[in-house]
Amino acid sequence: MEVSIAVSEAVKLANADVIAAYPITPQTHIVEHLAELVAQGELDAEYVPVESEHSAMSACLGSSAAGARTFTATAGQGLELMHEVVYVASAMRLPIVMAVANRAISSPLSVWGDHSDVMSVRDTGWIQIFVENGQEAVDNTICAFRMAEDARVILPVMVHLDGLHLSHMVEPILLPDQKEVDEFLPQFNYPLPLNPNKPVTMGAFAPPVVFTEAKWAQEMNLEKSKEVILEIWKKFGDKFGRYYNPVECYRCQDCDTLIMTMGSFSETAMMAVDRMRESGQKVGLFRIRLWRPFPYEELRRTVKNAKTIVVLDRAISLGMGGPAASELRNALYPLEKRPKIVGFVGGLGGRDVSPTDFETIIRRGMEIAAGGSNREFEIYGVRE
Amino acid sequence: MTWKDIEIGGIVTEPGSASYLQTGTWRSRCPTYDHSKCIKCAICQTYCPEGCIHQNAEGYYLADLFYCKGCGICAKECPKKVITMIEEKE
Amino acid sequence: MSKQTTVDAKERFAPGHRACIGCAEALAVRMVCKVLGDNVIIANATGCMEIVSSQMPFTSWTVPWIHTLFDNTAAVASGIESGLKALTRKGVRDMSGFKVVAMGGDGATLDIGLQALSGAMERGHNMLYICFDNEAYMNTGIQRSSSTPYGAATTTSPAGKASIGQFTWKKNLPAIAAAHDIPYVATACPSYHRDLAMKVKKGMEVKGPAYIQILSPCPTGWRCPTDNAVEVGRAAVQCGMFPLYEVENGKYKINVVPESLKPVAEYLKSQGRFRHLSETDINKIQQKVNQNWGKLKELATN
Repeated sequence: MEVSIAVSEAVKLANADVIAAYPITPQTHIVEHLAELVAQGELDAEYVPVESEHSAMSACLGSSAAGARTFTATAGQGLELMHEVVYVASAMRLPIVMAVANRAISSPLSVWGDHSDVMSVRDTGWIQIFVENGQEAVDNTICAFRMAEDARVILPVMVHLDGLHLSHMVEPILLPDQKEVDEFLPQFNYPLPLNPNKPVTMGAFAPPVVFTEAKWAQEMNLEKSKEVILEIWKKFGDKFGRYYNPVECYRCQDCDTLIMTMGSFSETAMMAVDRMRESGQKVGLFRIRLWRPFPYEELRRTVKNAKTIVVLDRAISLGMGGPAASELRNALYPLEKRPKIVGFVGGLGGRDVSPTDFETIIRRGMEIAAGGSNREFEIYGVRE
Repeated sequence: MTWKDIEIGGIVTEPGSASYLQTGTWRSRCPTYDHSKCIKCAICQTYCPEGCIHQNAEGYYLADLFYCKGCGICAKECPKKVITMIEEKE
Repeated sequence: MSKQTTVDAKERFAPGHRACIGCAEALAVRMVCKVLGDNVIIANATGCMEIVSSQMPFTSWTVPWIHTLFDNTAAVASGIESGLKALTRKGVRDMSGFKVVAMGGDGATLDIGLQALSGAMERGHNMLYICFDNEAYMNTGIQRSSSTPYGAATTTSPAGKASIGQFTWKKNLPAIAAAHDIPYVATACPSYHRDLAMKVKKGMEVKGPAYIQILSPCPTGWRCPTDNAVEVGRAAVQCGMFPLYEVENGKYKINVVPESLKPVAEYLKSQGRFRHLSETDINKIQQKVNQNWGKLKELATN
């Protein structure tokens, strides 16, 4: 089935209570299918067809604060429009789950996929997970509800899936059994919901004397959520047979050169790695799955023997370089032995990156690692 | 208040807790009463922005000076001119 | 034994809040909360009332209350209402006896939050939206909003050699609300407390969206003495600058009909924000008020 449809089916399995829906390519199929499910009586939820993404996330704030299991989906411009509200969701500790069909940010207008929308919400305090194929999308949507609502976490979760490249793929996907999902996902119990039987005030303002403490409390909670995330992934694996990790390795234990990717083109990179190994070149691939909270430990462990890491960022931080590459550098800087890191930016605005492209990127990356470059970062595939 | 004391999401769990604040210190004018004229119509209580006017044991209305900011609305609206605002003596 | 009132004595907007001396918006909120009772959930916009009532870690509110942002109150309220409906219907928790109320100032309602309000009204959520209209962005220091009356001086529409102050006419949001075909729209003023209480009660009981705009005189921003707010609110109604009316299922009804409208000049001259207006300006305003009053009376007779 199409991955977007599968994500909606996962939301149905999770028995969401409220869905705030606003269409935007390439996530529209998610909200369309959810509308269909609600209309046919297959999902008992309040479907709120809001008038903008800003209102979509705002409605999610309200419904989550009332104690209802809440879901929405967005992409690119939509994520930008709800930007200020995204910060509020995590600071106010409202466990909303949102699927983001990663899309390039205007201008120029592009409905096609890249990670620029992800990079614009790095600092917002949500738990963020990358998925690479349809099965992962379904599994992690279900896990997202459990992670968000766990009493030790209570934080919103974004599930990032590449717009069009993944959202519109038709793949064989196993939908878990409803009974098993019900066992896996307990009833949502927000600790202090809006309820006249126990009145609370949410959203009081913080003068300078208390703002730092409020932010640190939020940070501590986000950092501590990592162990719960790992625990839930393990429980999911034990029950459904598919395990997930903060950093995923592919043939990367025994070689000097590694390539780092995020998202669906990781699977394409795997083909390049296989080909290069067949022709005698030992290279490996690792992908960041848990983007936030950032997996410092797992990354350092993964690259401990590498001499060169080539990073392909599917977004560009204009004026600086590749955002994921810069985060990797930040993580590896304190190490005694630091691998060379060469950052490439490519695949922007939905441009395909083929296995051959990946091979070229890896080779070029190795050349630059050896011989240097007069640029801070490289762009792949631009016609000059 | 340490970061550990902050409730989840900054939620304030004690309703009406802001009542600790003695807004009466803001006043520069203070209400005084001639209750012999008072007809207990409760208009002063109705129009007090602080909601700090209450009936005493005899049923006359009086501002709670802990909160009273001295705006003078009660004096202005009183139909019997019971209330006079005077400069606060400190 | 004091006269029986129609609302209970409990102060739900607790004293100790940080509103300015003589603030009629705080007065309006206090009155509204008495009618709302305890079985409500309030979504509040950023603004005067939010700031004066909720400085961490204290609160003036005795009912469940949520503030998130400036521009999304109606959307948050929509979400709460949807959440309550889902929880009740799915048998998780019976929240059917509770009403969702949204509160926002004129800036939050007529300007930055207009889209959210329009969406919420169109979707027909069962919620009461109350706009506390002090006719400018008062919390940030008296900047103009689309609810600021023509000729008023604010910091972003100052009066001067090249400016009359606010050069546009007050946006008619009750008409916009009525155009959404919602069951109940009303205007109110704390100076007419019984009328206000009646309207809030109606708004609570309506099934579907209800909108009430409450004139909230601000002595600080309107530049009048601190004891004047109730009187100036009365004057606004009496001269036709802020008529009190209801639109119930499309039917207009004017609640306070003065025998003849008092001249606006009296009203304008009582406030510093209009001090700079010339006789010509005042006449222009009088013309407009007469026109609007005529239109309103026509709507009410049809």
